[in-house]
Amino acid sequence: MKLRSIMYSIGQGFKSIWRNKMFSLASVATMTACIFLFGIFFSLGVNFSGMLKNVEESVAVTVFFEKGITQEQKDAIGNDIKARTEVSSYKYVSGKQAFDTVIKDFYGGNKELAESFADDNPLADSDNYQIFMKDVSSQQKLVTYLSKLQGVREVHQSEAAARTLTDFSRLISVIFGSVIIILIAVAIFLISNTITVGISVRKEEIAIMKLIGAKDSFVRAPFIVEGIVIGLSGSIIPLIILWFMYKNLIVYIASKYQFLSNLFKFVPETSVFKTLVPIALILGVGIGYIGSRFTLHRHLNV
Amino acid sequence: MIKMEHVSKTYQTGMPALSDINLHIRPGEFVFITGVSGSGKSTMIKLLLDEMKPTKGRIFVNGKNLAGITRRNIPYFRRNIGVVFQDFRLLQDRSVYDNVAFAMKVVETSNKKIKKSVPEILSMVGLAAKYRSLPKQLSGGEQQRVAIARALVNQPKILLADEPTGNLDNPNGWAIMKLLEEINEKGTTVVVVTHNLEFVEKMDKRVITIKKGQIVSDKESSEEF
Ligand SMILES: Nc1ncnc2c1ncn2[C@@H]1O[C@H](COP(=O)(O)OP(=O)(O)OP(=O)(O)O)[C@@H](O)[C@H]1O
Ligand SMILES: [Mg+2]
Repeated sequence: MKLRSIMYSIGQGFKSIWRNKMFSLASVATMTACIFLFGIFFSLGVNFSGMLKNVEESVAVTVFFEKGITQEQKDAIGNDIKARTEVSSYKYVSGKQAFDTVIKDFYGGNKELAESFADDNPLADSDNYQIFMKDVSSQQKLVTYLSKLQGVREVHQSEAAARTLTDFSRLISVIFGSVIIILIAVAIFLISNTITVGISVRKEEIAIMKLIGAKDSFVRAPFIVEGIVIGLSGSIIPLIILWFMYKNLIVYIASKYQFLSNLFKFVPETSVFKTLVPIALILGVGIGYIGSRFTLHRHLNV
Repeated sequence: MIKMEHVSKTYQTGMPALSDINLHIRPGEFVFITGVSGSGKSTMIKLLLDEMKPTKGRIFVNGKNLAGITRRNIPYFRRNIGVVFQDFRLLQDRSVYDNVAFAMKVVETSNKKIKKSVPEILSMVGLAAKYRSLPKQLSGGEQQRVAIARALVNQPKILLADEPTGNLDNPNGWAIMKLLEEINEKGTTVVVVTHNLEFVEKMDKRVITIKKGQIVSDKESSEEF
């Protein structure tokens, strides 16, 4: 298409938006709601997955050895653990270290008390590997694998926590996904309706254009412009609102509920929006394009 | 220029609108197509514009077999044909000037050329003074002149007119016929569908008469072509 034709189509697209203001406005409003909700879900998701990561990093599987196995056998088990892809890291904890930790936790490092146990470490046989997961959902698989290894006496895991978290994050993703899909469908439907009205208003003009020898792309272009402009407006508006909301909300929550900030850190707005802005814009333009393209195909066969 | 070989067209309803049409229109001819209502005249025009395909037979326009024109190329094919309708089909929200310029914009002509060609064609059809009027501010005859200007502004080789005088009174109808004759004299092939026999008789052009979808007579003009 030639530049002047592109300019002409953009002009016609805006004219069409203006000509059926009410429909255009309704479409922009729905798109705004759609992208706004998407943005909220997205921000929640980013923060939640940050939180989940924290928890995941602290959830450990502990492997205890059978009595009297050699250091070589322990190393062999260590190598098996290392080879697992779901493992993020692991470390060897000797019975002595385990004991020291308990002493420190329970007796607040009270040396005298601790020393009364010194020669009689009840955890002497508690040498173990502590394993940290990359992904909690594969924890069960790992535990099953580890229990079957030779030289392994017992495998401890924080099963409940792991399962709850995995289930919860799965539930969140499902809800997140369904709501977004429904909203996208509604947005496409409304944009399609707007374009349909635009087409019916210009039916005669389109028929004449085709008889005169306008290419399909020329007939299409104003409506594509209309769809994209609606989609774009419907994503820029909510992005601006979300930006200010998010910025102020994390400051507010952090000051009001200080205990929260000990539990986890909010993801800063710049790093949320670095991803959210392109996704929202692509979504807006994409929905607008698909909505109008699909309608044109149905009503005009162009 | 225009050639139909054993062309038949049956609509979905089953009734054949045209059956076994053979005709040849040479470059620069002025041809009337006449016949009673429902005889298949508009169907013929639609076939020539490649708005639909014939059920049988072959159609050639400007040396091109229409069966071989791809969807992509239909617009380029149509740019060689101007069309005029009984009901003018002007864009009501646009001025005379813009209606004509529209035809050039749609085929992506440069603004410079549009600015030059539109006034020229408007003065040729006698509407130079009314270029800013809206269609509803014009008489029927004037509106048809705008439609003719729009059809001609891209300099097509063929002008198809389907009942161009159907909505006009006699004097206005005559004026349009004279304008079409003038256009033909400048070299454009003109095909006019009409059932006004007064025009047909007085103008002494080639007349093709259709009846129930068949050509029943094809009478050459008395002057040697
Ligand atoms: N789209 C269509 N679908 C089905 N039948 C049609 C269609 N268009 C026309 N016909 C039928 O085909 C026949 C020829 O129609 P056509 O429009 O070509 O006639 P016409 O000669 O132009 O008539 P008029 O002088 O009234 O304009 C008629 O019987 C008409 O009812
Ligand atoms: Mg007709």
